[in-house]
Amino acid sequence: MMRYEAPATVSAAVSLLAREKGVGLVMAGGTDLLVKMKSGLVEPDLIVDIKRIKPLHEVKKTASGISIGAALCNAALGENAMLRKAWPGVVEGATLIGSKQVQGRCTMAGNLCNASPAGDAVPALVAAGAKAVIQGPKGKRKLAIRDVPAGPGRTTLKKGEIITAIELPKREPRSADAYLRFIPRTEMDIAVVSAAVNLTLDAKGVIKKAAVALGAVAPTVLDVPAAARALIGTKLDDAALDRLAEAARAACRPIDDKRGTAAFRIQVAGVLAQRAARTAYARAGGK
Amino acid sequence: MVTLKDNSLANPTEAAPPTTSEPGPHEPLLSKHHFKSVGTRPLRPDGIDKVTGRAKYGADHNLPGQLVGLVLRSPHAHARIKAIDTTRAARLAGVKAVITAADLPDHTGGDEGLFDILDNCIARDVARYDGHAVAAVAAVDAATARAALKLIKVSYEVLPHVTDVDEAVKANAPLINPKNFTRGVEPAPARPSNIAKRSTFGHGNVEAGFKAADVIIARTYRTEQTHQGYIEPHACVASISPDGTGELWVCTQGHFAYRQWCAAILGMDVAKLRVTSSEIGGGFGGKTHIWMEPLALALSRKANRPVKMVMSRDEVFRASGPTSATSIDVKLGVKKDGTITAGSATLRYTNGPYFGMWAELGAMTAFACYDLENVETIGLEVLVNRPKVAAYRAPSAPEAAFAIESAVDEAAKTIGMDPVAFRIRNAAREGSRSSYGPVYGPIGIGPTLKAAQNHPHMKAPLGPNQGRGMACGFWFNFGGQTCSDLNIGVDGTVTLSVGTVDVGGSRASLALCVAEELGIPYDHVRCVVADTGTLGHNDMTDGSRGTFSSSMALIFAARNAINVLKARAAQMWEIPLENVVWKDGHAHATGDGHGNLAPLSLKEIAASAPNTGGPIAGHAEITADGAGVSFATHICDVEVDPETGRTRVTRYTVIQDAGKAVHPAYVEGQYQGGAAQGIGWALNEEYVYGRDGRLQNPTFLDYRIPVCSDLPMIDTQILEIPNPNHPYGVRGVGETSIVPPLAAIANAVSNAAGVRMTHIPMSPPRVLAAMTSADKLGV
Repeated sequence: MMRYEAPATVSAAVSLLAREKGVGLVMAGGTDLLVKMKSGLVEPDLIVDIKRIKPLHEVKKTASGISIGAALCNAALGENAMLRKAWPGVVEGATLIGSKQVQGRCTMAGNLCNASPAGDAVPALVAAGAKAVIQGPKGKRKLAIRDVPAGPGRTTLKKGEIITAIELPKREPRSADAYLRFIPRTEMDIAVVSAAVNLTLDAKGVIKKAAVALGAVAPTVLDVPAAARALIGTKLDDAALDRLAEAARAACRPIDDKRGTAAFRIQVAGVLAQRAARTAYARAGGK
Repeated sequence: MVTLKDNSLANPTEAAPPTTSEPGPHEPLLSKHHFKSVGTRPLRPDGIDKVTGRAKYGADHNLPGQLVGLVLRSPHAHARIKAIDTTRAARLAGVKAVITAADLPDHTGGDEGLFDILDNCIARDVARYDGHAVAAVAAVDAATARAALKLIKVSYEVLPHVTDVDEAVKANAPLINPKNFTRGVEPAPARPSNIAKRSTFGHGNVEAGFKAADVIIARTYRTEQTHQGYIEPHACVASISPDGTGELWVCTQGHFAYRQWCAAILGMDVAKLRVTSSEIGGGFGGKTHIWMEPLALALSRKANRPVKMVMSRDEVFRASGPTSATSIDVKLGVKKDGTITAGSATLRYTNGPYFGMWAELGAMTAFACYDLENVETIGLEVLVNRPKVAAYRAPSAPEAAFAIESAVDEAAKTIGMDPVAFRIRNAAREGSRSSYGPVYGPIGIGPTLKAAQNHPHMKAPLGPNQGRGMACGFWFNFGGQTCSDLNIGVDGTVTLSVGTVDVGGSRASLALCVAEELGIPYDHVRCVVADTGTLGHNDMTDGSRGTFSSSMALIFAARNAINVLKARAAQMWEIPLENVVWKDGHAHATGDGHGNLAPLSLKEIAASAPNTGGPIAGHAEITADGAGVSFATHICDVEVDPETGRTRVTRYTVIQDAGKAVHPAYVEGQYQGGAAQGIGWALNEEYVYGRDGRLQNPTFLDYRIPVCSDLPMIDTQILEIPNPNHPYGVRGVGETSIVPPLAAIANAVSNAAGVRMTHIPMSPPRVLAAMTSADKLGV
């Protein structure tokens, strides 16, 4: 018989998971877990619901940036003006997921731990250089977002470990990000390919820092430094955009599947990287 | 015995208006030109309950002591079932019955169509597609039933499979049915193949026609398999009593047909099975066929308890009612003056593993919009390891229209003629011999084209990367067997009992027709869908027949009731019957000496009924012949992203002949619904099979029907060219609206992308690849 637990503290949640002999799974919004259970893909022995842990619903400014609690639903991120201003790309990735009803339940940390290469919340977090705050039986650690997924449906978290927060770094002036996904429909869909671009400009509008991440073109979300380098030192002229697309496409290792062909994903990865770069550049004040 | 063929959605032989010499309420047929109730837009009687969640759908019915029924399905596309061991499952605590094909012995008596239905409900020797049912269990709860399924051991011998339409017709393709020899070929073939039947239609001499042409257009088109995508999955509760009688509560488009098939498969008398239909959350043809209902009945019989079964979405996709995938060759000969000299087409339609009439319907409808001197179509029914094809809204016509209307568009472009003018020049008219045989009566293809020509949409400017397309469509429509009751209550309000399931607002439309005929307010008439125990046989709600046929029956029933009402009034007044007329909901006395009698209302006559002969009712049982063929023209604008191949439909207009729109809002709803489904089919919907023959996308996440924000507001224009065979001129309107969209959108995308699109759906990867190769070729 499956057990359901809803502890009030992180340490209680960790010890429940660590002690479980069968399959123990964390539930935040449940928007992936419940679907998988209904379709018979997973049959957990223990579900640990972390929504009753109050601190996991907080957004805090910290010394190193902004900390977002792991149980905070994405709709709340979308309503947070401070986050929208500092990290518009992160917020748009998170708030693209599912429907209004799903938005009221789903979380960024859940999307990250679901470990789909097409997860919409992940590329912008990778481009942002965000970190996952992890608590486990052996204490606390921090891990770069890009290192959390190990492959489709798998993470690098160890038994008993849960993500308690996602930390975004401090924002420099003239910085902005953007996220775009390609879906055949207008909403309620899953990314066939996606791109996030995070930029910081100097006073003259020249890109001084850049990061480019691509989704659904490899087993995990890709951080593409070569694509970022194509932008640094430019004012996003056509030649820079061409180099960006070329570097993005060169990094892709996609598959043909029901959602799209490999050739299509490679081609459109370049297109989305360019479009996201233009949006991020304009948001950062570039002209 | 009902076979698939008997239940075809079309009534293709029925072109000329039948004449009736029967006297009484059937005469004169076309009695109404001016309407009071018909043509208004009152609220539907089922509306409030549906939006508040009170309405009962298939899964909302429950019985005391009911069990949960679940089905074990084949994971293989094609496999011989060597053995099924159910002993461990049957021993599990809480399991009340386990069944296999052995529990459903063959009672079909040589009826091939019925045997195929049985074999599809539960595989006998061979599992013929991924998802084919092989066993079923009934248990006290879902968890126990799921655990029991895992304990059933099936030994399979995996066989070679084929799922692709073009692969299946190759000489070396794996055989789906080694006993299948192509029908309709003389002499009969010596070797079996995957082509179940060849059917041909047409007239004239196409070779001579092609010789006379200035331009020949020849292309091959493909469409992928789609599902009707009804939101409500199949659901039923079955209860068989130890006395051998049974009841079935089920979501269906036709409870009488379900009763007939289930009774035949279970070996029951029809009268001993009572079937009640629920509200229906979409059917579109997919609920004109039984799937797991006989399993629920067989489980209930074995367990001696009621059994409820509700399909998951995965089961709906893998094992119920998709349409055909097709591959269609078209050849069109055209003179520079715009005359089509000849048209020919070979249409290959997948049927799933069982023989149907899907290519035949495609071959019949393909050129039906045009008046052609020389025309020939060949339909090939292709067997594949995919689920058994079921009707989908004007079944087979959209795929054929996509191919033909694409070629027609290209032909117009090639000779430099406007596509609408080109079609008007070649359109069928009253007296034209249709490409499938019959001669047309008064029809709407010309008027819908003229309306398109004059529509502001046709002249609206287009933006960058945008293109416009248009296309025509045809559907036969169907009449069929219909039996209805009209009962006048003690207070003079009226209850209608009909046997056609309401799939699109027909209860409102039928109440309007009776209000019209009786001359009473719409609010005084309530229509209910009755169960199979209360009326004679009714054919299913298919072929756009619900409102057409039941309104005809109810108008006749109302006329019968009026005769009774007049007789009662004559009795109350003590005057001769011939001095009573019925007008505006009242009996009026006429003639010398009676003119000063105050009219008697329906309410007054009903109140006196206990003293004048008892309850007052009207009844009619008819075969509603003369459904009247239906035509539509659609116009569509799209914008194609040149960098991603993504298509957005920016404007859409449906123009269709309704004969007479009984409830115009629901007619518009049918027009919009067909266009919406067509947009999904044209752009993104498709069954994706892996190399292993398994369906890759049995979810609404990856089987992409449009969401609201994908669609523009779909504009409609109703034309009314009365059907001479219906008392109010009504034609069916439900299906024709899905026929033109694939072609209209393909023509629009081809114009926007600058490359002819020949493969549906035009998903972004397909459009981008076509644009890229066109660029490389310098097209």
